[in-house]
Amino acid sequence: MTELQTALLELIRRTSAEIPDDVHRALLAAGANEQQGSIAANAMQIIDQNIALAKNKSQPICQDTGSVLFYVDCPVGYDQITFAEAAREAVRQATRKGYLRQNSVDSLTGKNDGTNVGPGAPALHFQQQRAPEINVRLLLKGGGCENVGAQYSLPHTALGANRDLAGCRKVILDAVLQAQGKGCGPGILGVCIGGDRATGYEYSKQQLLRRLDDRNPVPELDALEQDIVQTANALGIGPMGFGGRTTLLGAKIGAVNRLPASFFVSISYMCWAYRRQGVTLNEAGGIARWLY
Amino acid sequence: MIKLNFPFTEAAVRALKVGDEVLISGVVFTGRDAVHKYLYEGGPLPPGVSLRDGILYHCGPVMLQQADGTWQCNAAGPTTSIREEPYQGRIIRDHGVRGVIGKGGMGEGTLAACQEHGCVYLHAVGGAAQVLAACIRRVRNVYFLEQFGAPEAIWELDVVDFPAVVTMDAHGRSLHREVFQHSQAELARRL
Repeated sequence: MTELQTALLELIRRTSAEIPDDVHRALLAAGANEQQGSIAANAMQIIDQNIALAKNKSQPICQDTGSVLFYVDCPVGYDQITFAEAAREAVRQATRKGYLRQNSVDSLTGKNDGTNVGPGAPALHFQQQRAPEINVRLLLKGGGCENVGAQYSLPHTALGANRDLAGCRKVILDAVLQAQGKGCGPGILGVCIGGDRATGYEYSKQQLLRRLDDRNPVPELDALEQDIVQTANALGIGPMGFGGRTTLLGAKIGAVNRLPASFFVSISYMCWAYRRQGVTLNEAGGIARWLY
Repeated sequence: MIKLNFPFTEAAVRALKVGDEVLISGVVFTGRDAVHKYLYEGGPLPPGVSLRDGILYHCGPVMLQQADGTWQCNAAGPTTSIREEPYQGRIIRDHGVRGVIGKGGMGEGTLAACQEHGCVYLHAVGGAAQVLAACIRRVRNVYFLEQFGAPEAIWELDVVDFPAVVTMDAHGRSLHREVFQHSQAELARRL
């Protein structure tokens, strides 16, 4: 294995087995906030035990190791083809070692060849930057939470949602209501206002690369993020949809331009098992430092 | 905590109520999308496998085969159950299933089948793959491995003190319906 393959394998292992610190802190606070002895509090306790067990055993936090999504920021001239080959090899290795479940199915034949490598898998997103570093971020996003994602086209008559921030608020909260516990709450929302149907969902997922404790630099979006979390947590959906005080751990909202004719709000839901890590690579392709 | 031990009798299951926390011990069979469609369409279970008075677990585990051919379960939390809603009621009826373990809850068809045939929906903590895998003491067997692939196969598991919450009982109550209605009303007041 090359140094890059080894680095990416370690990135996958750690992402699958260890919850990032910012998310762990939010989960501990949520657990302490539930009514003691309630089924919601007991579920949060099991979640906490699970986080410790997965880290100690270096095993997947959740058996659904999800879609493997790489986000690479690289300088001009970086060899993306070699990176893609290394990423695919690292995914194969990680699957053999059980860091990833055999989780990739041919959509036409239904066959699962057990490698997690195939058309569109893993997914690679490259972004050139002027800075010399190579940053690789990884999301492992499970199917349960992916299935409760939603895209709304405004105006939305049934929800009375117009083409303004109040309309965006209505459809985002509707997505939380419809998701209930099915996405393994307490969850985290990544939201994109605007874009086309494809870039909207794409950008909503990129919001999930933000730290949970950051604040949105755009005041209107920052206010909306705080409001969504506060309102969602007043609905009583709670962990796993058992009823309780924490429905969302966070909401991250970005906006991109749209066509005059289109107004999409795209919502990606991330489960509590928020598998997201990142590394800065050194010149040889090894891990220089961790990003979360 | 209520202990629920194999074989899971109709009386034991009908005594459970929404909100009860249970610890399940005994034989449990996994089955998810492919298995549900197959059974619904009348496909036979493999020889020696019976779901009567048994529990079906919506789960696609991470399994690693050891050098001696046995299987080790590395991660085994529940998968989202609602995808099996079109099939679940008939499978409960035809196969005499007493419990369904999953996450996220199921719909009215399954709730009606639970009431009519004596079955409960047992909600495990989604994502808690390590805590739940630790309750699996032995992988007894696997069926349909070639046909459906590892996550979709039927895995026959020995579990001890597997924790779950009754969220749909045999008396027509569903915690999921109640939480949805409550949260819908709360949201309406805040829009």
